[in-house]
Amino acid sequence: MTSADNLRAFRRDGRIVIVGASLAGLRAAESLRDEGFTGSLTMIGDELGEPYDRPPLSKQVLTGWVPAGGTTLPRRRDIDAEWLLGVPASGLDLATDHVRLADGCEVPFDRVLIATGVRARPWFVPSEAELDGVFVVRTREHAEGLQRALAAGPSRVLVIGAGFTGSEIASICRERNIPVTVAELAPYPLVGALGAMIGEVAAEMQRAHGVDLRCGVKVTRLEGDAQGRLRRAHFDDGSTVDADVAVVALGGIRNTEWLQGSGLAAGVWGVACDTGCRAMDLNGLITDDVFVAGDVARCPNPVYEYRLISLEHWANAVEQAEIAAHNMVNGQAERWPHLSIPRFWSIQFGVNIKSVGVPTFADEVVVTQGSVTDHRFVAAYGYQGRVTAAVTFNNAKWLDHYRRLIETAAPFPPPCPTPDQPLDTKPVPVDFPGPTLLAQGATVVVTGHDPGERRVTAAHQHHR
Amino acid sequence: MRVVVDLSRCEGYAQCAFLAPDAFRMHGEEALMYDPEPDDAQRERVLRAAAACPVQAILVDRLEGRTAEQDVPVTAASS
Repeated sequence: MTSADNLRAFRRDGRIVIVGASLAGLRAAESLRDEGFTGSLTMIGDELGEPYDRPPLSKQVLTGWVPAGGTTLPRRRDIDAEWLLGVPASGLDLATDHVRLADGCEVPFDRVLIATGVRARPWFVPSEAELDGVFVVRTREHAEGLQRALAAGPSRVLVIGAGFTGSEIASICRERNIPVTVAELAPYPLVGALGAMIGEVAAEMQRAHGVDLRCGVKVTRLEGDAQGRLRRAHFDDGSTVDADVAVVALGGIRNTEWLQGSGLAAGVWGVACDTGCRAMDLNGLITDDVFVAGDVARCPNPVYEYRLISLEHWANAVEQAEIAAHNMVNGQAERWPHLSIPRFWSIQFGVNIKSVGVPTFADEVVVTQGSVTDHRFVAAYGYQGRVTAAVTFNNAKWLDHYRRLIETAAPFPPPCPTPDQPLDTKPVPVDFPGPTLLAQGATVVVTGHDPGERRVTAAHQHHR
Repeated sequence: MRVVVDLSRCEGYAQCAFLAPDAFRMHGEEALMYDPEPDDAQRERVLRAAAACPVQAILVDRLEGRTAEQDVPVTAASS
């Protein structure tokens, strides 16, 4: 039988298993059926219920407008799948092509898509994380609990971590007229993603809206009362804040533990894959039957020197799901690469913040359009003389222009395309704290000398 | 009914907020907030808003009113 016959047979009655039943998993399933796959499709997910959208959880849901259970994703089509929900996958056996579930079930496949995403990083002291009033926000249940706590009119909310989620939650607290303290270890909010210049603007915005913003501090202890309710937080500078609600917004942990021992290049940075979303094994070999999409995927982008990049972006999950699905049911000659430029948005303090490209892949940043003080501007990021990213504050209509500059490796700094040229157009150093994309740690070690012996093994890192 | 807006595509033209104000609202000058499961009474307005979106960022459920039995996940893996 030729490989074309094999492919036809697989498309007709092969078995595809999708591990992860959220945005990426659902969109991949729909695309597989769009592509004409008529075999069996199994969706595995650790949460019960239909796939739902997460971005509204830290926005519309927390304002009290939309119920936490009211963000179910619309369907583009029937997917005719078998759903195995409520039990997480616990292992992947590539010798026998089975996914193992935590309850002991084994699910066989011909091809598998890994879309297990990210979970919220919990507070580092479990007994303190269990106090009444301490929350993370990742799932529907988390958002529902926090919404109820906010509706009860807390005396003060403490937000730990001023990334996008933490900043959005602080914004909603102010909208609901709830006193809020934001604690951030870095010198500014959003600085890890967007650098110091934008971080300074974000800090000014928070303070103008009445946020008690404390940067450069670390929360060392969450203190409860006799009833196990949060009442106070202690900082490393000796100060304290009395709060009855704390939101831990310290980013996510990629759900890759279940892949330990699978032989895939999976670790804290995600599951490495090629631009066709085919997973890479520990030796850097591309696998034929294992695909990855969404927040858990770590995919090279040629625009960024082929570096492996993990993105927790909505549009990235959708696009990778479609690429992965296409490539799962097509032959080598028809494969598609995932080459789109990352896009991201956040809504906070009445401002629409959007980005295109990879802002951490930059050495300089410059305001190219508009006015920073009016919170209506565009900042372009450059790396070694070419445009690599742009961030807009209430200026989203210009993002596509900057996307084209990135795709064409246009010279940095770019000229201002409008008459609203800012007074100061001198690029400044981008100034990211800590390790950035340009300096990521290795997660593997290479062993052996002869070509037949050389292997890569995972150097398992701790999550914290 | 179910709706999702690709906010990475949305450019804040606010056509939807004008055509279906109960389902789509502007937050500040440019940011869009929306109800992902607006009441069925909103249906006509939401469909008009989706059609009018200059960047076609609004996706409405295609299975509307006939959510296929076999596609509603109800079974836990252990059952």
